[in-house]
Amino acid sequence: MPLSITLTINGEPRRIDLDDPRVTLLDLLRERLDLTGTKKGCDRGQCGACTILVDGRRINSCLALAISHDGAEILTIEGLARGDALHPVQQAFIAHDALQCGYCTPGQIMSAVGLIGEGQAGDDPERVREGMSGNLCRCGAYAGITEAVIEAQRALTSDAEKAA
Amino acid sequence: MNRFDYVRPSSVSEAVAAGAEPGSAFLAAGTNLLDLMKGGIARPTRLVDVGRIPGLDAIETLPDGGVRIGALVRNADLAYHQEFARRFPMVAEALLSGASAQLRNAATTGGNLLQRTRCPYFYDTASACNKREPGAGCDALAGENRQHAVLGWSEACIATNPSDFAVPLAALDAVVEIEGRGGRREVPLTDFHRLPGDTPQIETVLAPGELIVAVRLSADAAAFAGHARYLKVRERTSYAFAVVSAAAALRIADGRIEAARLALGGVALKPWRAREAEAALAGASPGFESFQEAAALALAEARPSGDNAYKIELARRVIARALTLAAAGTPERLPALPGSPFASGGSLHD
Ligand SMILES: Cc1cc2nc3c(=O)[nH]c(=O)nc-3n(C[C@H](O)[C@H](O)[C@H](O)COP(=O)(O)OP(=O)(O)OC[C@H]3O[C@@H](n4cnc5c(N)ncnc54)[C@H](O)[C@@H]3O)c2cc1C
Ligand code: SF4
Ligand code: FES
Ligand code: FES
Repeated sequence: MPLSITLTINGEPRRIDLDDPRVTLLDLLRERLDLTGTKKGCDRGQCGACTILVDGRRINSCLALAISHDGAEILTIEGLARGDALHPVQQAFIAHDALQCGYCTPGQIMSAVGLIGEGQAGDDPERVREGMSGNLCRCGAYAGITEAVIEAQRALTSDAEKAA
Repeated sequence: MNRFDYVRPSSVSEAVAAGAEPGSAFLAAGTNLLDLMKGGIARPTRLVDVGRIPGLDAIETLPDGGVRIGALVRNADLAYHQEFARRFPMVAEALLSGASAQLRNAATTGGNLLQRTRCPYFYDTASACNKREPGAGCDALAGENRQHAVLGWSEACIATNPSDFAVPLAALDAVVEIEGRGGRREVPLTDFHRLPGDTPQIETVLAPGELIVAVRLSADAAAFAGHARYLKVRERTSYAFAVVSAAAALRIADGRIEAARLALGGVALKPWRAREAEAALAGASPGFESFQEAAALALAEARPSGDNAYKIELARRVIARALTLAAAGTPERLPALPGSPFASGGSLHD
């Protein structure tokens, strides 16, 4: 049964024919659309490496069927920078050495963008750590990750205040 | 994952008809079902995607002051709904202590209540499991069973129910609204999940094709908002299932407990309501003695099902501490930090 869906991926509308309803958003991005920035760690919701934003909310793309998300707007790590200008969360990850091997990093960054959008953690390190607990880092770069998220949160809040 | 057909009904009645067909399973967000399908534990031949049925995603205040939570309301949206969290703080606290932010953004009210056990032998298709395959035996009985049940278990199954959300709902007498081909019915949450007995494969009172459409809490439940806590002990601070958890709520007037609500998670195959403990607390003065007594009563029937005698003492302590925290008052900041013993706010000593 051919199944056709439309997704807006990083701002670009795409029509996608699925040959099988089993395809997850993660496999669709990586295996069929060549967007390999989103990583597969566990494929079972346990690590957060596959985090993307769907309609502005961070979710685990490994536990989401593509077919269920017909019409959705998807943001992946590839869509975060504006040309050569990195997103404030990306800049903060570099500034704070918030990575070693980098495998978890796209998921961490997308999760941090989601967290800041949710507006529940502010710059309280305890709440940032709790809010980021769905992203494991095997290299243990957590200290830098927490600092980076707090700095990005502050940068984005002061930008928003300047704009207001 | 096995092959399956995919259908997306656009109304409750279509869903109920499709769900009753043999081999069908409802799909909400899929954060539990797809995981089980990837492991070959669940093998539905048809997924009935209920995720877009209109009218199931609202949080409504009812004329009598209660609240009706649609089956498709996402766990995060419920926890962060200000009015809901103010009136039912321990439900919000329980939701926020479950899974991760990503999972809570997807997970639904109905799916959370129907998530299946995390018993590792249930997950391992090479092991014997009566729940997966009735009559096969239970490898957990003589296996790694530190995390297994201490209340309500049977020789057929010693697993626990992993839902945090269900625990305060059981304490607060939530009602589950169910729709099937025969129409609508309602079941108290405390009767919704079944203890294993000889039939651990039958997990709830739902008949094939029956759909959860909503969960309701009454205005009475909101009367506990001033003194309510969910406390969850786990093997790491966050993103882990409960070893033991407790939802504790008190109504206190003139220094006396007027009424108490108490339920436990992580100890049985259903959220465990502790009614004897509640009865003993009613009329008592809040404090170490009455809380210890309540804790002892709640665990009076507990028996280890393996290497888990520690859970009985742990549950007593979690209850006493949850009651102490509840008596001190629901934290100002809502939603409260997830119910971790390491979380700030609502200290034992202030
Ligand atoms: C790594 C990880 C950690 C987790 N940690 C926790 C935790 O600490 N605490 C906790 O409570 N949970 C935890 N969870 C579980 C999570 O809360 C559940 O997976 C989620 O709530 C299920 O909701 P869903 O909408 O994705 O359900 P689905 O996976 O879509 O469905 C689950 C089941 O419910 C059925 N179903 C769904 N909706 C309905 C309905 N309306 N009527 C009838 N049947 C229905 C489905 O057929 C299926 O059998 C964790 C999950 C993962 C992957
Ligand atoms: S405890 Fe229950 S779920 Fe676990 S193996 Fe035994 S029968 Fe299966
Ligand atoms: S790959 Fe999705 S959570 Fe690990
Ligand atoms: S940087 Fe290596 S896993 Fe996080």
